[in-house]
Amino acid sequence: MSAPSPSPDATEARPQPRNPADLFWSFTWLALQGFGGVLAVVQRELVEKKRWMTNEEFVEDWAVAQIMPGPNVVNLSVMIGDRHFGLRGAIAALAGMLTFPLLVVLALALVYAQFASHPAVAGALRGMGAVAAGLIAGTGFKLAAALRNHPLGPWLCTALVALTFAGMALLRWPLAWVLPVLGGVACVLTWRRIAP
Amino acid sequence: MTHAIALQPLDWLNLFLYFISISLLAVGGAIATAPDMHRFLVERQGWLTDFQFNASIAIAQAAPGPNVLFIALLGWNVGINTGGAGPAAWASGALGMALSMVGIMLPSTTLTWLATRWGHRNRERRSVRAFKQGMAPVVIGLLLATAWLLSGAHGNPATDWPLWLLTLVCTLLVWRTRLHLLWLLGAGALLGALGLV
Repeated sequence: MSAPSPSPDATEARPQPRNPADLFWSFTWLALQGFGGVLAVVQRELVEKKRWMTNEEFVEDWAVAQIMPGPNVVNLSVMIGDRHFGLRGAIAALAGMLTFPLLVVLALALVYAQFASHPAVAGALRGMGAVAAGLIAGTGFKLAAALRNHPLGPWLCTALVALTFAGMALLRWPLAWVLPVLGGVACVLTWRRIAP
Repeated sequence: MTHAIALQPLDWLNLFLYFISISLLAVGGAIATAPDMHRFLVERQGWLTDFQFNASIAIAQAAPGPNVLFIALLGWNVGINTGGAGPAAWASGALGMALSMVGIMLPSTTLTWLATRWGHRNRERRSVRAFKQGMAPVVIGLLLATAWLLSGAHGNPATDWPLWLLTLVCTLLVWRTRLHLLWLLGAGALLGALGLV
């Protein structure tokens, strides 16, 4: 799977998926929990429960998943699956992410017309929407702990987080603009800090 | 929801090629390309009604799983519209769904797979490490911005403060506790259904 890496962080004793089927069912289970976005569930299941990866690795992978075209969680499942079992793992994780949720969505679409106008159903969806926003915010704060040992140090990291938040949420800059500019600055600064 | 259309083999190919063509443009999630899908499927081709388009997005967001599944529903509805009734409609619905999903996923997933393989093989390079570590604060800022924009859907804070309060409480619970996320979603659904938020 992975070549011996020079950094001796605890990669040896770390829990890992047993086989592609394990990947498939793990991703099925977490996709089926992911109402209003799968991200919070992925962090909870893969980092905290299964411990296949650390918070730091999760943030790094999430950055790549976000930059590549395509749905972010789908990209993430392909990356994690490939790392463990190559193409077979990537396909297993991807299939897990999509198969059963697809059937659920289809079933919902078939019964939607009868219940969509019911006020209790509309209210329940509104309440779940509010919770989903909280899940993402809480996950964001949790992942911020991964910045503790960042080469740029706490102040520069906080400034970058705040700038990105302000640009996207308050000033509504386009993502196609924020990612290259702020991301580019962050990468160049990091590149200089980690000089050998 | 009767909106009968007739799709020729060339139209099916066209549907597939359309999703192939926008796959690599979907940076930041498939939902970012929804306006263009509306232009193509509803306005230009007339394959879907406005109602079907909006319902597909709403259902996929309310359902578990990645939001990209709304594209499966778009393809399903195109197929249903052309399929007449009964098993024939289901068969063409399944065809529309398969063409749409494979089209939207194939290019972006292949690119991600190849790029991340390369990145993982070269992970000790200074440039690869700088990229992955350097993006971390920006990615966390993006997450917080996403949460902020989702809360913005609640509308006016003066009247919708219970929704904001619910979001805030959930943020703290997710951040500080290991409470199962499904409990939070269930509580949100219950509060909403009872009209409390």
